[in-house]
Amino acid sequence: MLEDAPPRLTYTFHVEGQDFATAGEVSSKIRRILQQLGVHPDTIRRTSVAAYEAEMNVVIHAYRADVTLETDDRTITITVKDEGPGIPDIEQAMQPGFSTAPEEIREMGFGAGMGLANMDRCADRLEIESVVGQGTTVRMVFNNTG
Amino acid sequence: MGTGGLPAELRPQAGAFRTDGAVQSHPMRLKEIAKLLDAEVLTRNADLDREVEYAGASDLMSDVLAFTRPGSVLLTGLQSIQVVRTAEMLDLKAIVFVRGKRPDANTVALAEEMGLPLFVSRYPLYEACGILYEAGLPGSLGTAEDHGWDHLMNNRAVRAAEGALE
Repeated sequence: MLEDAPPRLTYTFHVEGQDFATAGEVSSKIRRILQQLGVHPDTIRRTSVAAYEAEMNVVIHAYRADVTLETDDRTITITVKDEGPGIPDIEQAMQPGFSTAPEEIREMGFGAGMGLANMDRCADRLEIESVVGQGTTVRMVFNNTG
Repeated sequence: MGTGGLPAELRPQAGAFRTDGAVQSHPMRLKEIAKLLDAEVLTRNADLDREVEYAGASDLMSDVLAFTRPGSVLLTGLQSIQVVRTAEMLDLKAIVFVRGKRPDANTVALAEEMGLPLFVSRYPLYEACGILYEAGLPGSLGTAEDHGWDHLMNNRAVRAAEGALE
């Protein structure tokens, strides 16, 4: 008899742009799911931080986004597909310190230009596709190795 | 503030502060931190025996997310609910709001829900940090190099420079 393939779980969440009161709730849900799945705490921490940075980016810059969490026994994939202004120059946006966030976002402690660079540092793989005037898709893959 | 009058368990330990990046931690209970900072507990059912290994201070959550070690207490002058969310993602042990500034009820409720103790201290940020540092609690945020950022930043700076020269 063939061994059962490990279950591949998929969850989808919605994030609204400019909704600062609930910003972080999706990352919190993702975090709790990973805890229930028994993922290594170090991997949960990296994944949570990167998901939260991505979620804040949507709230700050985009109109809305769907966030998809996919897990199997080896990897965790988070895909954030937003409708928004898009990123004209991804390489420039990746630079630590580069930011287009308005002043009121900076007063909340965000918009320092560390988000994408921190996501890059936390994730084992980061892919960004963006079309100006349509939106941005960020895909992050985390190896569940602890 | 000198440390001569502090109880023995709160005095600095030799070797707690090192500049070579190899931080030797000196765990401290939340109740000791609250006592040192003359801080009030804002959350119900806070576990004051919880130990922290490091302390960090910033009003910039972007930096906290990028540089903070696990097992840390965060001191901040920012009252936004995002401070509590940031603490959740990083497994921070507690938050101390400085200069007597209190977060709103929603922020306290969220922290209680996630079992994160919140404190408010009358000390300004610099003094509050100084008191904990002097008592032997090492820094949490570290430098970019400590967190492997120098490589990333150098790469990006080089690529940016190359792009600019083309």
